[in-house]
Amino acid sequence: MAMRIVIAKPGLDGHDRGAKVVARALRDAGHEVIYTGLRRTPEQIVRTVLDEDADLLGLSSLSGAHAFLFPRICELLKEAGADEVVVFGGGIIPVDDREQLYDSGMRAIFGPGTTMAEMGEFCTAVEARRSAGEPSGVGEGGDWKWSGE
Amino acid sequence: MSDLLEAARAGDRRALSKLLSAVENGVESRESLGIPHNSGGGKIIGITGAPGVGKSCLVDRLLRTFSAADMRIAVLAVDPSSPLTGGALLGDRVRMQTADDDPNVFVRSLATRNQPGGLPVRLGLMAEVLVASGFDLVLVETVGSGQSEVRIVSVADRVLLVEGPGRGDSIQAEKAGVLELADAIVVNKSDLEGAERVASDLRSALDITGNPPPVLLASARNDVGIEDLADLLLSLPSRSGASMARWRERLLTAWDAALLERGDLDEVLSGLEAGEFDADQWVAEKLEE
Repeated sequence: MAMRIVIAKPGLDGHDRGAKVVARALRDAGHEVIYTGLRRTPEQIVRTVLDEDADLLGLSSLSGAHAFLFPRICELLKEAGADEVVVFGGGIIPVDDREQLYDSGMRAIFGPGTTMAEMGEFCTAVEARRSAGEPSGVGEGGDWKWSGE
Repeated sequence: MSDLLEAARAGDRRALSKLLSAVENGVESRESLGIPHNSGGGKIIGITGAPGVGKSCLVDRLLRTFSAADMRIAVLAVDPSSPLTGGALLGDRVRMQTADDDPNVFVRSLATRNQPGGLPVRLGLMAEVLVASGFDLVLVETVGSGQSEVRIVSVADRVLLVEGPGRGDSIQAEKAGVLELADAIVVNKSDLEGAERVASDLRSALDITGNPPPVLLASARNDVGIEDLADLLLSLPSRSGASMARWRERLLTAWDAALLERGDLDEVLSGLEAGEFDADQWVAEKLEE
């Protein structure tokens, strides 16, 4: 079953090669992918997710602002009552920073070397959890996170 | 009336968004929502034209103009689904910055989901839901190629065809197709060489048809001619002579939808593949029933 996935570039980082490759990989995995374009604010990204009724949100960052921007977006989603949206991220995210991002509700962080197949497997796992009613959304709690299972 | 529609009417964007998904996925129907058939009042405007002529940029400019006049505007932007995987990359929002900020604006991206004619089967009802939710205007941006250019008349009350310079010689303006159905034509990229020429070719080709549609020049990039285009869209009469074609496309759309929503579609397709019957034969039998 196809899901609707927003791929977003928050902040001033202008490096979108990764985001475009991920968008393309998810398209090829059969999903409907909405790409926001560069330099969006957290507020703009959350509005896009809500208006497009997206199931997943993928955030891409290379320039180092992830520690502020990613949790902010998660917070805004929860404020808007969009607890069921599954948030994942990718780019250059140091391992030491990841725990904090998981704590804010993100379910996966993908770094360099991630294969397109793994992105597809993550989506399949999310679908399975959603249909089983197991928590996977940004505001649904639980401690599940993607670990390449 | 459903609770979601009521909430959407009251201005709840999230309810509207969920409602559109329910319609797109066939969970809600015209009957369940109690939405009357579109009366053709001119609130639904189709924007069509070849890929790359600047439809999305032009829509972004129009959104700014309408919003500044305190109108509420919605956009349904359609992009193609992959015939191989069913996936889609919906990229129209990239060129519509207004979509992410302006409280008067609501933009929804749709994949064709491989419907014949390049228009999602429930596109028309989604547009009508937006009208019923209180939007003053609904812009429907097509994929911009193939049959979708013509099929859009089944959904839209008015059709704006976007053209641009550098797309061939004057004989292009004489060719049959969407040019005959468009209620107005805008030649975008008027800042580029050749735009004036395209507009005058179109005008002279259309002049001999009697009751020709207006042909405007605009530049989405430089924000030129947008106000005139916006004014025109608000007062545009439906082009005479296109009415039968409109009904023909509406019938075809309804026909396709009925076929594709049959519960036994997969069995029929397997039957065709296995050579148990052929397509013409199957259709003839169903028509007799």
